[in-house]
Amino acid sequence: MKQFKKLYPFLKGYRMIFILAMLTITISQLFYAVGPIILSTAIDSVIGSEPITNYLANRIINALGGIELLRRSLWIIGVVIVLNTALRGIFLYFKGFLSAEASENISMNLRNKLYDHIQKLPYSYHVKTDTGDLIQRCTSDVETIKRFLGIQLVEVAGSLSMLAFILWSMLSLHVGMTIYSMALVPVIFGFAYAFFKRIQRDFKEADEAEAKLSTTLQENLTGIRVVKAFGRESFELEKFDSDNSSYRQLVNKLIDNLAIYWSLSDFLSMFQVGVVIVAGTFMVINERITIGVLVAFISYVNMLIWPVRQLGRILTDMGKATVSIDRVSEILSIPVEPLVENGEEPEIAGEIDFENVGFSYDGKKQVLQNISFHVNKGDTIAIMGPTGSGKTTLVNLLPRLYDYSSGSIRIDGLELKNIDRHWIRNNIALVLQEPFLYARSIKENIRFTDPQKQEKSVFNAAKVAAIHNDILSFDKQYETMVGERGVSLSGGQKQRMAIARAIISETPIVIFDDSLSAVDSETDMEIRKALEKRKNVATTFVISHRISTVSDADMIIVLDKGTIVQSGTHKELLLQEGLYKRIYDIQASLEYDVMKA
Amino acid sequence: MDETNFNTTKKLSLGVWRDFYTYLKPYKKRFIKLIVMMVLLGIIDASFPMLAKYAIDEFVRNGSMDGLPLFIGAYLSAVISLSLLIFLFIRMAGRLETTMAHDIRRLGFIRLQELPLSYYDNKAVGWLMARMTSDVTRLSETISWGIVDLAWGLAIMTGISVYMIILNPVLALITLSVVPALAVLSVVFQKKILGAQRKIRKINSQITGAFNEDIQGAKTTKTLVREDKNLFEFSHLTGSMKNQSIKAAIISSIYLPLVIGLGSVGTALAFSYGSGYIMEGIITYGTLVAFISYTAQFFEPIRQMAVIFAEFQSAQASAERVFSLLKETPEIRDEGYVLETFGNIFDQKKELLPPIKGTIDFENVSFSYQPQEPVLKNFNLSVKPGETVALVGETGSGKSTIVNLFCRFYEPTSGRILVDGTDYRKMPIQWIHNNLGYVLQSPHLFSGSIVDNIRYGRLDATQDEIEEACRIVNAHDFIIDLENGYNTQVGEGGSLLSTGQKQLISFARAIIRNPSLFVLDEATSSIDTETEKIIQNAITKVLTGRTSFVIAHRLSTIRSADRILVIRKGEITEDGTHKELLDKKGYYYRLYTNQYLDEEGINEI
Repeated sequence: MKQFKKLYPFLKGYRMIFILAMLTITISQLFYAVGPIILSTAIDSVIGSEPITNYLANRIINALGGIELLRRSLWIIGVVIVLNTALRGIFLYFKGFLSAEASENISMNLRNKLYDHIQKLPYSYHVKTDTGDLIQRCTSDVETIKRFLGIQLVEVAGSLSMLAFILWSMLSLHVGMTIYSMALVPVIFGFAYAFFKRIQRDFKEADEAEAKLSTTLQENLTGIRVVKAFGRESFELEKFDSDNSSYRQLVNKLIDNLAIYWSLSDFLSMFQVGVVIVAGTFMVINERITIGVLVAFISYVNMLIWPVRQLGRILTDMGKATVSIDRVSEILSIPVEPLVENGEEPEIAGEIDFENVGFSYDGKKQVLQNISFHVNKGDTIAIMGPTGSGKTTLVNLLPRLYDYSSGSIRIDGLELKNIDRHWIRNNIALVLQEPFLYARSIKENIRFTDPQKQEKSVFNAAKVAAIHNDILSFDKQYETMVGERGVSLSGGQKQRMAIARAIISETPIVIFDDSLSAVDSETDMEIRKALEKRKNVATTFVISHRISTVSDADMIIVLDKGTIVQSGTHKELLLQEGLYKRIYDIQASLEYDVMKA
Repeated sequence: MDETNFNTTKKLSLGVWRDFYTYLKPYKKRFIKLIVMMVLLGIIDASFPMLAKYAIDEFVRNGSMDGLPLFIGAYLSAVISLSLLIFLFIRMAGRLETTMAHDIRRLGFIRLQELPLSYYDNKAVGWLMARMTSDVTRLSETISWGIVDLAWGLAIMTGISVYMIILNPVLALITLSVVPALAVLSVVFQKKILGAQRKIRKINSQITGAFNEDIQGAKTTKTLVREDKNLFEFSHLTGSMKNQSIKAAIISSIYLPLVIGLGSVGTALAFSYGSGYIMEGIITYGTLVAFISYTAQFFEPIRQMAVIFAEFQSAQASAERVFSLLKETPEIRDEGYVLETFGNIFDQKKELLPPIKGTIDFENVSFSYQPQEPVLKNFNLSVKPGETVALVGETGSGKSTIVNLFCRFYEPTSGRILVDGTDYRKMPIQWIHNNLGYVLQSPHLFSGSIVDNIRYGRLDATQDEIEEACRIVNAHDFIIDLENGYNTQVGEGGSLLSTGQKQLISFARAIIRNPSLFVLDEATSSIDTETEKIIQNAITKVLTGRTSFVIAHRLSTIRSADRILVIRKGEITEDGTHKELLDKKGYYYRLYTNQYLDEEGINEI
């Protein structure tokens, strides 16, 4: 029930429609339940000669012209049967329309909410997220919830109201027969419920096994080059086989349980019908009920069987729905980045101060400590250091992807934490080391932040990023699709695309997070030269392992184990013994050869 | 994820299903058993109203309970056999479905492993995934349960018709007169419903794709501050999803009332005529009751048949896609006699494969990815065993192609490549791969622990050997610094590690193979210089005695090669050692000086 409470807020705005849907199905069930009464009355009093005891039936028959007329024109009863069904059908139509209206709107809102929530979750969440699992939650779990709302919830209302109507009709016909007719119904319900309890875990296990199978397949396909190069085809097949078989085995187990459930519940249901036939026959012979009443009871019990069987199925699906609700709520309960916080929105010039900045991801291990430096507007700052020294973390602090744990960062004298996140991000172009391209054309990717940008700006950005010629070599040039559904670009091409995308908006601060690592040195230089022309425009941070990339910087910061071990210009640093000079020596030790040549 | 997914053939095509017959053969017996069961089940289902009729006519009319025990016995045995059949058929059809899905998926996976890399060049992973998952599921589901429903539906409809005709042929004809209308209506509507569902599925796959971008691109989206626009675009998708779904729901909501309405016309006819017949004494009460039950029972099988008809159409599209994958013939594959001698890639007789010493000869090799656009033309190259060859050149110059051909990811369009004097096409593909250490620029790791990933290189490697390999590439220190050391999980695709760390691990993975051939494809681009320096020594050590190809942007990695080839437009323009090429003052010299002498500081030291 706790789950349903969680679901309640989603129903907002559509509760009335839901209530209407339930109302319409209730009314349609009423007409359904009337059917057997029409039949039994017709059999007993029109064909037979029993007196009509039911007041309402009496009134209707009199309105239709009395028993005698009906006996002469039997087709009138046929028309009544069809009319009754037609009324039931009209309400069924409204129920279908209304519940779709409500559930589709709700699932649309849920999808939008999830989509937005996910993109607003903090950076740290996305660093370690499991894509496959998250996608499953956003798609199949939402689908399960929708089915639950759109079909099952209303269906349950329909089944319950039908049960009530039938019970009421049966009681009005004959109490004793009602008891015989309902004898096994609680057993069938109980059985369904017990089964539902049991099956929930099996469903979950099967789903998990399916997800595992997909992951194995996906990893195999994305890593197919490695698989082939290592000749690991048979190893991969073994892995796949084991996942494939365990998935099958779990589904089989599920099927076995379902087979037991359906056969037993069918047995119970049919047994119930048998009880009615035998007991009813006795009663008719003993003249305690009429033959029409027996027919009505047989009809009713048959009408009950389906919803009772169906209930088992709905309940199992409800089991899935409760799991899905949990899985979706789990995402929504993770707090998002406070993007709208009414922070300041100052004009950004690009002067930056770090003062004793410290940062830790988990509150235990310090990733950055005592980081202090000053950057003038328009300067280029290069950051070097070994793997894991904190370079990426440092630059991620600027667009507030992470907030520093201690110390102070000031932009143009303003404390960074007081500046609106969106605002600062709009003023910083950060090119990631492994950038993501969206499934759209190259042109749309480059002007992704501002689709209104002129083609000319797109071309210019592409030229600066030295990707223009590559693009022209594609068949469809700037209209070439990239990303999931398009051509696969090389690592270097992706990085250059990302650079073009970043610089098109001419932000006052630009950060390259080792984003030239996959570009050859000639192209690297070409890009740097083009960027230098913009030097006075933007304050630029460059993370790189290449001396040649960083040597032009106004200041080079060398990081090691989260602290600044050296800083200064290329010339200054070469005069100091230290990490920078060591790196330089390694890279330039070859200069000898050149001199000799 | 996949738009071609929905180009469904309009009509049922026998060709596809005939094709499928070959794949169905192993299950033939089970299909026959299932069909027999369902026919029996249909007959029993159709018999229940007859039992009720019997009770009414025999006991009620005669007012005596003679023969009641017999009746109860007959009823009970019908119920028991019904339940038993239900139990058996669900089990059997379910198992048939899972087994078929399992087997087809396995065949598909095997095929995917056999297909060469060129097959993957223009296929998105999502596209292949859809074939292996949802298409296979839909296919096996529709086949197994479709057959079940079809057999049951036909049996029960035949059973009902026969019983009705036995009871009273005239009344049977009158009652059954609504059936053609019912059938036409069902087919028309089920087609419409399916068409609407197809549209929904298409939008649905777009939504899945959008969620995929939402998640994988989240970091980039953040830096680009694109959240609002993204949501705006996404809400268009979900909006049209809603509209289509409601449309589909309306079609179904019209169908159901129409069908039950028509069904009630059948009931009305049965009653109007039947009650007249009773008064005239032509039929009994029991017969009338049976007819009324039958009119209600007839609707479900007709609806189901219409559903199956529609579903088979969409399953056919799935079938076409799955079979096109299964029937794909690998461009690069072992010839018949190679297979006979050495076994296939899943069952290789490794002991028969001679060890590779490492002489490599490219003889007049030409190659093009696309016809008309040759990347290599009459390319010749001889590499001595143990030689380290560095390839230098611009993007698109053909250096990756040379490596791809060497690894036999691709095969020459013309000419041949000799390994130790043997045309490698005369040997199994895995001959090269078993002797190859390969490190990629974007290192792909598999989810699992670090140790699992390194062991991928050699499955029987011991912990000591693994640690040794990690020490060589300087990865040991950072690994033991991690919370769980070597047992640290690397995440999906290695996402929990940095690119540099991934490169080091993929390096260790290659080294542990102790291969005689080695390929470094931009392997050190994301490793910091100090580490690279340390690895460089290791690389030099490791490459010694192994025939290796090295592609690198960093000249520091290249200069220690025994031989450097400058590749331009598919041709070797310079060939020699580092020193020789510098002396030549050609492309290499310019490249080299660009990278290292562009620094003002150098001359001042």
